[in-house]
Amino acid sequence: MLRDFSSRFHIVKKAESTGWKPLFLSFLSLVAALIIGGLFILCLGKNPFTVYGVILDGAYKSARTGSYVFKTIGYAIPLVITSIAVSIAFKMKFWNIGAEGQMIAGAIFASYFALFQSQMPHWLLLLIMFLAGAVGGGLLGTIPAYFKCKFDTNETLFTLMLNYISLSFITFLKDGPWSETPGFPGIAKFADNARLDVLGGVHIGWIFTVMLVILAFVYMRYTKQGYEISVMGDSVNTARYAGMNVSRVIIRTMFISGALCGIAGMIQVAGIEHTLGEGVAGGRGFTAVIIAWLSRLNPFVCVFFSMLFATLTQGCSGSALLKLGLSPAVADILQGIILFVILAFDFFMQYKIIYRGREKA
Amino acid sequence: MNGLINLLTAAIRAGIPLLFGTTGEIITEKAGNMNLGVEGMMWLGAFFGFYVGLTTDSLILALLCAFAAGLFGALIYAVLTVSLRANQTAAGLALTIFGTAFANFFGLRMIAANDGLLPKLSPHLIEILADKPLPILGNIPYIGKLLFSHNILVYLGILIAIAAYIYMNKTRTGLRMRAVGEAPATADAAGINVTLTKYMHILLGGGVCGLGGAYLSLSFFGGQWQNACVNGQGWIAVALVIFANWNPIKAIFGTLLFGMFEVIRFRVNIHIPAAFLEMLPYVITTIILVVASIRKSRERRQPQGCGSNYFREDR
Repeated sequence: MLRDFSSRFHIVKKAESTGWKPLFLSFLSLVAALIIGGLFILCLGKNPFTVYGVILDGAYKSARTGSYVFKTIGYAIPLVITSIAVSIAFKMKFWNIGAEGQMIAGAIFASYFALFQSQMPHWLLLLIMFLAGAVGGGLLGTIPAYFKCKFDTNETLFTLMLNYISLSFITFLKDGPWSETPGFPGIAKFADNARLDVLGGVHIGWIFTVMLVILAFVYMRYTKQGYEISVMGDSVNTARYAGMNVSRVIIRTMFISGALCGIAGMIQVAGIEHTLGEGVAGGRGFTAVIIAWLSRLNPFVCVFFSMLFATLTQGCSGSALLKLGLSPAVADILQGIILFVILAFDFFMQYKIIYRGREKA
Repeated sequence: MNGLINLLTAAIRAGIPLLFGTTGEIITEKAGNMNLGVEGMMWLGAFFGFYVGLTTDSLILALLCAFAAGLFGALIYAVLTVSLRANQTAAGLALTIFGTAFANFFGLRMIAANDGLLPKLSPHLIEILADKPLPILGNIPYIGKLLFSHNILVYLGILIAIAAYIYMNKTRTGLRMRAVGEAPATADAAGINVTLTKYMHILLGGGVCGLGGAYLSLSFFGGQWQNACVNGQGWIAVALVIFANWNPIKAIFGTLLFGMFEVIRFRVNIHIPAAFLEMLPYVITTIILVVASIRKSRERRQPQGCGSNYFREDR
């Protein structure tokens, strides 16, 4: 019965469509997601329009204490950087889900200089922290890449494990060697000298982010290395026959991917948290994986989705929502719903269903 | 001797919630789908299991609902990845985000409805879920305490793991499921309904993960709701799948070892930083992963078709 029914439909892959149509479909999927999210809010007995309004207010309204919009942008910055970072690896079909761990590694490396070498001139210190973050994240990204090339070790599982190993390492530093007062867990706040300057309301990490978006787009689309990455993503054998050094490309790309995550970690500690704690990555690395996927590895679209999720999280964190009787967890529920709907809609962008009618036996 | 028995008993109690999650994920991965939503499904199971236990005072209903909740989470994942061909990693992570948030959100509401106090199950249900020695077997010295004086859910977990092993390795449908997981195209050509097989096992696996969540919320914290009850256990369960080499029987011993890491820091006075013990399960898993790949072991690896979706027209 089921079989008979399903055999009447035929699913074929669409040619890569361009122009406004996919953009329109994306927009449609977002609207659908918001409607389903609204239904969920309705089930809780609240008015969806009120709740969405409160969320937008919480994310963009300007108050006397400074505009929320800067906080939202600050929240989006590490998401943009890490989602671009994993996009570069995904393009090569290297499933780096270790953005979380690479962010942490970058944050740890950068924090070392912020905590123990902070007497340097300000800009030199920031530059060194930036490089340290890149090296830390890059090294952690290179380990699974090396084993992938040498022994074909499963990189999804490897990078996943490294996330938790890195996270525990922060706990170790916090409990012991780096603790501010021996015996009590907790790392000291960074000296002012080691904090990112604020420019236009947001820490200067945004300048790097804007540059990165453009550079990453150019890198993936118009450079030789970017071309190598996409050839390898299509077929490793093609790449090999074309004379590319497959191992070198994998290791180089994963160093770049990890390094970018590490930089995101550095920006997070030096720009927002001003100390090192277990929440430095706080699931952003995982959200980045989903953002990269939803954006189809396009850096500009990554910015859009990062802002969307930052809006939700920031908008739900204020007290206005609590007054309505909703806890901030509602942000993640809505985020989950949006993810489900957009992932589902993606199908209709890639495939079309052809109705063939009943087949005559 | 008594100290050792106590330690092992505690390890069993700490480890068994992992066993549910691990068995569930093994079933899912053996059918060719990597579902990183274990944590989310455990959260869903934890919340619904506890809520139903609290309101109906029935263990059976609580477990059924926990199973159904995990299954529901898995259903979302299955529709996305099997029917709509969404990326498995992205769909799994989305499920984890959703499940965690859902349980926390309604957990807070449950607390608010209880005048801000942590809700507690009825004494009757707590009594059913208490650790108690089995008749006769529980009286054997040492072994009785070690093996036969646990709560019902411990036995349930072990039973499910053994059943999953027998199912996967000794039955025809189990063989079909492994065929789908290793080589979906071949299985399809052999006349196996790939879509149906995948759906069945993803849902089953999700239900078992849901039970693991219920173990945590119903019994692990003495029948009191905790807002951080699952708290990363789902991810350790994913690690344990690799550790156990996709074998539910080995998973039983794996949970014992991982449970040991968990309790050792509270019970044994050793000078290892707690963070290293926390890290240990993941480090060991990583080493196993790497060593297996170095030895090019065909036995010790993820099912071949795992992680990529099957699309008949792509052949």
